[in-house]
Amino acid sequence: MTPLVKEIGQLALLDRNNVDTDAILPKQFMKSIKRSGFGQFAFDEWRYLDTGELGVDCSERPLNPDFELNQLKYQGATILLTRSNFGCGSSREHAPWALLEYGFKVIIAESFAEIFRGNCLKNGILTVTLAKETVSRLFDEARLHDEYKVTVDLEKCDLTLPDGTQIIFTIESSVREKLLNGWDDIGLTLNHASRIREFEESRQSSLPWLFSK
Amino acid sequence: MPSTLYDKLWDSHVVCREESGECLLYIDRHLINEVTSPQAFEGLRAAGRKAWAHASIIATADHNTPTDHWERGIEDPMAREQVETLDRNIRESGSLAYFPFQAADQGIVHVVGPELGATQPGMTIVCGDSHTSTHGAFAALAFGIGTSDVEHVLATQTLLMHKSRSFAITVEGELPLGVYAKDLALTIIGEIGTAGATGYAIEFMGSTISQMSMEARMTLCNMAIEAGARTGLVAVDDVTIDYLKGRRYSPDDSNWNAAVDYWRTMRSDDLATFDRAVFIDANRVRPTVTWGTSPEMVVNIQGQVPDPEMERDAIKRQGLERALRYMDLVPGTKMTEIQIDKVFIGSCTNARIEDLRIVAQIVKGKKIARRILQALVVPGSGTVKRQAELEGLDSIFLAAGFEWREPGCSMCLGMNSDRLNPGERCASTSNRNFEGRQGMGGRSHLLSPAMAAAAALTGHLTDIAEGLS
Repeated sequence: MTPLVKEIGQLALLDRNNVDTDAILPKQFMKSIKRSGFGQFAFDEWRYLDTGELGVDCSERPLNPDFELNQLKYQGATILLTRSNFGCGSSREHAPWALLEYGFKVIIAESFAEIFRGNCLKNGILTVTLAKETVSRLFDEARLHDEYKVTVDLEKCDLTLPDGTQIIFTIESSVREKLLNGWDDIGLTLNHASRIREFEESRQSSLPWLFSK
Repeated sequence: MPSTLYDKLWDSHVVCREESGECLLYIDRHLINEVTSPQAFEGLRAAGRKAWAHASIIATADHNTPTDHWERGIEDPMAREQVETLDRNIRESGSLAYFPFQAADQGIVHVVGPELGATQPGMTIVCGDSHTSTHGAFAALAFGIGTSDVEHVLATQTLLMHKSRSFAITVEGELPLGVYAKDLALTIIGEIGTAGATGYAIEFMGSTISQMSMEARMTLCNMAIEAGARTGLVAVDDVTIDYLKGRRYSPDDSNWNAAVDYWRTMRSDDLATFDRAVFIDANRVRPTVTWGTSPEMVVNIQGQVPDPEMERDAIKRQGLERALRYMDLVPGTKMTEIQIDKVFIGSCTNARIEDLRIVAQIVKGKKIARRILQALVVPGSGTVKRQAELEGLDSIFLAAGFEWREPGCSMCLGMNSDRLNPGERCASTSNRNFEGRQGMGGRSHLLSPAMAAAAALTGHLTDIAEGLS
């Protein structure tokens, strides 16, 4: 995956709790056997006025003017600000694939659903969890400006707002290191292949029924 | 030091521990479906890797498959390609068992695994599906994963994980007549919220849980994810062991006693402490139904659609208002006055034989209401279907006006052609009432199979407990 060290980008606001992965990427698009092509369908039922299907040309589809992210000022935004429990529901990794292709490299929220957060991190999307009051303050500030560019620095673990204010965030050291380096988990794990074999063999001798048939 | 069930499951699977505290966890069972696996197999191939332990794999096609007109095959070309891709991938990787489209035991993977004895206490079980929590009913550490992790498990038989905190939900007493595990699950989610258990592994305990069948425990653990917990657990007891005896992939006679001895250790020690605890009085749980677009938006069936004005948090209030608009409901409306267009009885939450027996008992000799456009009964697996037919349940459903379908996920997520049309309102035994979940513009009310059966008969949400008393 692509390393993420620092991201400077427009903050896009999605002011809702409990945005679920069905909303981020509706089920009909999960029929694809590919990892790509989902960005144009991100938030499909909120974003467009018609029903989307795989294979349709989205540039011709009528946009929903009431959907926040369709506002002109958010086009090209790379940082998403939302509220609590973002990404709840289905474990579909198609949701982060869609968000990444849409252009979001960082998501800031009060809280994330666990499976979704793991899926984001494995695809190089940084999730930043901030206190409820801090998130509210960010919403209030950002609403006052059309252009609101935030700098997210993963090395220093801080955000810098347009007025220079800095906000520190915390993240697990292992997660930070992987994102900074763009490391592939599987390659790293296979460095432990002999320990996995050993573990497996000892498990097989003590609990043989787990390995029968 | 006394340990929780979760501690025991975790500790017995740690291959190694990184300095950061992250652990490499060994995975015993890998359940695979057609929707979340193709990109994982593709990644594996691209890297020139092979499945580490193909005998850990149980695979089936469930999300995309049609539930009627099987003689026509899969008519949707995209769905067909996905199912055929699974065929090819499993042929290449190998597996302990594969139930392709139309196989006798095909079905929803979370119904198939347990009923064949492939889900066992003490195991780690993963699947690219959030409802993998279902298998925790067997004291297995079971949780949903994304496709990158599916590939990670295929390639290494392990996952890198941070340990969760522990959460005891103790339920004591007897559920009143007409109140089921589904009502209890919805009540708990209503109480703690859909993010209430994020970061925790739940263990359900107490006398109410001990008295539950394995089917009911699976319903409860299935819904743990709707409270934010990837894992929901129940300790091993005689009910677990009796259920597993003699199933196809259960330990054979030569290993049975050793397995049972090991399984019996899969419970929290008496003095174990939990990071968080909640107590529920089962006697006070009532038939429960969702009114909105999140599983936490629940209300007693005798209650009313809530008024957002009562909510003081502005963001939450906006969420309630949005849900009311989407659901086309007015605050103060009695829940029992809400009319229903469609009924869906199925899903990994409630499509087991016990669920179908409950529905059959209620609808036997009766007819569904005239206003109901469609009432589906979709068995969880081929095995459930055969058993139901053996008991004559299919004739009861058909005589009452239900459609009796082939097994699959069906209208729970509407990936196949079983779905709601815009504006249609459904009484559904499934697990998610999100906007568009069962079909774009569709409106879902989650409830128990008994309540779904009652709604089908009357045409509106109905208190099953009233009918029974």
